[in-house]
Amino acid sequence: MSKVISVSGLRKSYGPNSAVAGLDLEIEQGEIFALLGPNGAGKTTTVEILEGFRDRDAGQVRVLDFDPATKGSAGQRWRDRIGIVLQSTQDAGDLTVYESVSHFATYYENPKNPREVIELVGLTEKSDALGRTLSGGQRRRLDVALGIIGNPELIFLDEPTTGFDPEARRAFWQLIRKLRDEGATILLTTHYLDEAEALADRVAVINRGQIIEISTPDQLGGRATSLASVSWRDGVKIRTEKSANPTALVNSLSQQFGGEIPELNVRRASLEDIYLEMIGGSLE
Amino acid sequence: MLFPLILLAIFGSVFSNSIAKGVTFSQYFVAGMIASGMVNTGFQQLAIMIPMEREFGTLKRLRGTPMPASSYFIGKAILVTLSMIVQVFLLLEAGVIFFGVNLPTTAQKWLLLAALLILGSACSTVLGIAFSNVPKSGRGASAVVSPVVIVLQFFSGVFFVFTQLPHWMQYVAAIFPLKWMTQGARSVFLPDSFATREVAGNWETGRTFAIIGAWLVIGIFWAIRSFKWERD
Repeated sequence: MSKVISVSGLRKSYGPNSAVAGLDLEIEQGEIFALLGPNGAGKTTTVEILEGFRDRDAGQVRVLDFDPATKGSAGQRWRDRIGIVLQSTQDAGDLTVYESVSHFATYYENPKNPREVIELVGLTEKSDALGRTLSGGQRRRLDVALGIIGNPELIFLDEPTTGFDPEARRAFWQLIRKLRDEGATILLTTHYLDEAEALADRVAVINRGQIIEISTPDQLGGRATSLASVSWRDGVKIRTEKSANPTALVNSLSQQFGGEIPELNVRRASLEDIYLEMIGGSLE
Repeated sequence: MLFPLILLAIFGSVFSNSIAKGVTFSQYFVAGMIASGMVNTGFQQLAIMIPMEREFGTLKRLRGTPMPASSYFIGKAILVTLSMIVQVFLLLEAGVIFFGVNLPTTAQKWLLLAALLILGSACSTVLGIAFSNVPKSGRGASAVVSPVVIVLQFFSGVFFVFTQLPHWMQYVAAIFPLKWMTQGARSVFLPDSFATREVAGNWETGRTFAIIGAWLVIGIFWAIRSFKWERD
């Protein structure tokens, strides 16, 4: 098969506002791809167009060799192969977790086993709990269960860990990695940089409806070769210097201080630094 | 489900006087409530339930699965049919036991009742689906839909004898299907002698089905054109 997702020249406006302004994207089979960008950047609009929820104004889109805007029953076969994990839904409050998951299984040709899916998302203890009694994190796990019960080749996750505590986030990342290891391709939107860094094979930074850059997390924005920041206490204040040669700088400082350098800190640019610079730059 | 029965108990007991030879207001009222049952279980139930499902994300979630759109609507139609059968059954039972309503005696009247219920609830269902786009939220849906239903019931001769309403009200009501449904229900349950007391001097059965049928067609077009799986 060719690319799992292939987009070129995508455009979408809401009245005078251009939400997506000429976007190109290609996603390979089996990768976790993160779409990173501030609110209003066009992430959600792009993903909704890929999911078939929204019509586009212009551009070519192929998702699993299918144009999501195709109307009619051809879409059914396509939707059998994708999984959409929604957020901020309050549905199925009156059904138990098991009832919801096994009910949704009936929509698909080749669903996974409901009990296995419930275990995969870590909700086994809550199998018989009503949907509305679940906490936020559990609710999101149920959303994932409903999104993957159909055994999809491609999974869409829209800001999946919003509002999670750090422990829940990490557990969730484990789950996503497991899904990828089982062969699914995953498209994830997020504004958590640590999430993009932890999960993504490739990241696309999007702002104002356009892709600014696509790269791996450690190479994004020339991060691998960016200057390091060296900071230390010099008298009353903390001094920071950027350097392409931090080791040499530390050596000379060590000689200057005759041994231990007070409050020494050496770091490379974090993904957040790179990202903020990319976003800030394009706001001009 | 119970509210129509409560109304029936109240109105049927309070206004149990005779309105014509051999016909009490209670009987008139039961016929009207049965017709209302179609509006409640169809139009009102769906126009409130669907906006709630839209708000909760249920519709969006279903839209992303392979489920064909028609399955959703078929499911709703089945829901309406079942709840209508239950409601009509309860109203009829109460009517027969407490308010002297007579079950239809001829096969023709039973057929008429069946046709009325089938066409009436189909019409009510599609109008409910079409109207479901009007409420802006799930929570607010009841506040938008219920007044429409109640006003319509008042105008259409459910709570008052239709011919005693002001003429302008009768004209307005005749545009909408409920007035015809109540009239049709009366033609099933009240003696034929009562027909002369109706607006046109007879039951107007043909016109009844024509108008309900027209609204069914309007409702189908309106529903297909305007149905939204998500709030914008």
